Amino acid sequence: MGAPIIELADIAKTFESRAGATEALRAVSLTVEAGEFVSIIGPSGCGKSSLLRIVGNLVEPTSGVARVNGKSARQARLDRDYGIVFQTPVLYEWRTALDNVQLPLELAGRARGEREQRSRALLRLVGLDEFAGHHPWQLSGGMQQRVSIARALALNPSILLMDEPFGALDEMTRERLNQELLQVCAETAATVLFVTHSIAEAVFLSTRIVVMSPRPGRIERVVKVDLPRPRVNKTRALPRFFELVTEVRQSLREDSGVAEDLRSGGADSP
Amino acid sequence: MAVLWEAVKMLFALPSYQLPHLHEIAADFFREGAGGERWWWIMAQNAGYTALESLIGFALGGVTGLVLAVTFAQSRWLERGLLPYVVASQTVPILAIAPMVVVWLGTSWFSKAVIAAYLTFFPVTVNMSRGLRAVDPDALALMRALSASSRQIFFKLRFPASLPYLFTALRISATASVIGAIVGELPVGSRFGMGVVIVNAAQYYNWRPANLWAAILVSAVIGIVFYRAVAVVERRVVGWSRVVPAV
Repeated sequence: MGAPIIELADIAKTFESRAGATEALRAVSLTVEAGEFVSIIGPSGCGKSSLLRIVGNLVEPTSGVARVNGKSARQARLDRDYGIVFQTPVLYEWRTALDNVQLPLELAGRARGEREQRSRALLRLVGLDEFAGHHPWQLSGGMQQRVSIARALALNPSILLMDEPFGALDEMTRERLNQELLQVCAETAATVLFVTHSIAEAVFLSTRIVVMSPRPGRIERVVKVDLPRPRVNKTRALPRFFELVTEVRQSLREDSGVAEDLRSGGADSP
Repeated sequence: MAVLWEAVKMLFALPSYQLPHLHEIAADFFREGAGGERWWWIMAQNAGYTALESLIGFALGGVTGLVLAVTFAQSRWLERGLLPYVVASQTVPILAIAPMVVVWLGTSWFSKAVIAAYLTFFPVTVNMSRGLRAVDPDALALMRALSASSRQIFFKLRFPASLPYLFTALRISATASVIGAIVGELPVGSRFGMGVVIVNAAQYYNWRPANLWAAILVSAVIGIVFYRAVAVVERRVVGWSRVVPAV
């Protein structure tokens, strides 16, 4: 595809606590190129969220190097090169939907007029322009997460980091938001790193799927998703879709109870 | 309430010096005082005086509490050093401190406001420093991801996020500040305020018990008005919060 946007070289992460050291990640190397949509999937506690946070420079790796947009991860963060979406919407309760979307523009010191215009356009993009004046508690979970996606796009970042953004939503809302996310990505041409524990979601969204092992997290396999684009609802019914779901499922470690749990709980297709 | 009051009085056959009739208390407001003024007017003037002292003390204590909370939230080291003294200040009975403050600062309204502030600042400090720390880690991570300055993190996240904590404290402080002002008026030398009215009424209690009860009633009303005022402001300021209780 294009130039390397995210480069992880031999990343390891060990968390120290009073209870002892926990090795979360071991020797993870990965390159994501411009325009890719890469999902990271793995059992709970495999360090996939930590990996995402290392890319975002919210967590420092114990060893290894993370480079983003050709700079250190730290510099990329300081330059606001990426937008981030967490598992919970993390909206500020005292701000309206519009003001939440404006937050990154405020922090970057953009003029008021530009902020307002841009935020309104983003709310329209995620289909919430009518809810600009609503406070978070007045919005459903799915709507809140859409606001948080709009906020992540506010500074028009070339990279989107998404940490199980739809994990807390019901299946129908999740599928609809998957669809919307792909449209948004097509419009913004962002490179996406996406953490999930849903196999079907990963297959539907991604150009590549990185399958991780149980703790300490290592890259078990990388599955290339060769489904036709654009992905639409019919994509979920293609025979190739099921083949890929099966392939990813088998790549998740057989000998792990957590993975077993994941296969029965996280897989949402036959 | 009124029915319960009179029922208790009847049931236990309480004489008026133990529990006067409600109409006796009501009548006391229309009695003529020594200076020729009606008592409702005397009460109103003194209540206004006390309310003003309380309000100034409330503001003074609120600001002090806020400054301490922000200081503590910024520096664990300062918190460890100063918090024991802050706690100790609240374990000393206010009745013991009030006369000293009046001796130091004189019998004017200012010494009363300082005593009111003394009771006001503590809940604000304790609650607000907790609120400033209780910020959602992901909300902080978001700020970091957007490379916000520590100033921006304070004003756009920590401070607004802790406002519900602040208002919980202010509700407590609102009534405490009135108590503080009244206690400050008790020492000899004070001339105005509900504290003075209460001391005088207590001296003549055997003769005119209804007078003290009326003074207690008026003092309680000041506290309730303060509390409600805070609750109304709270609704306006932190209406976005799901934890705001009803007014």
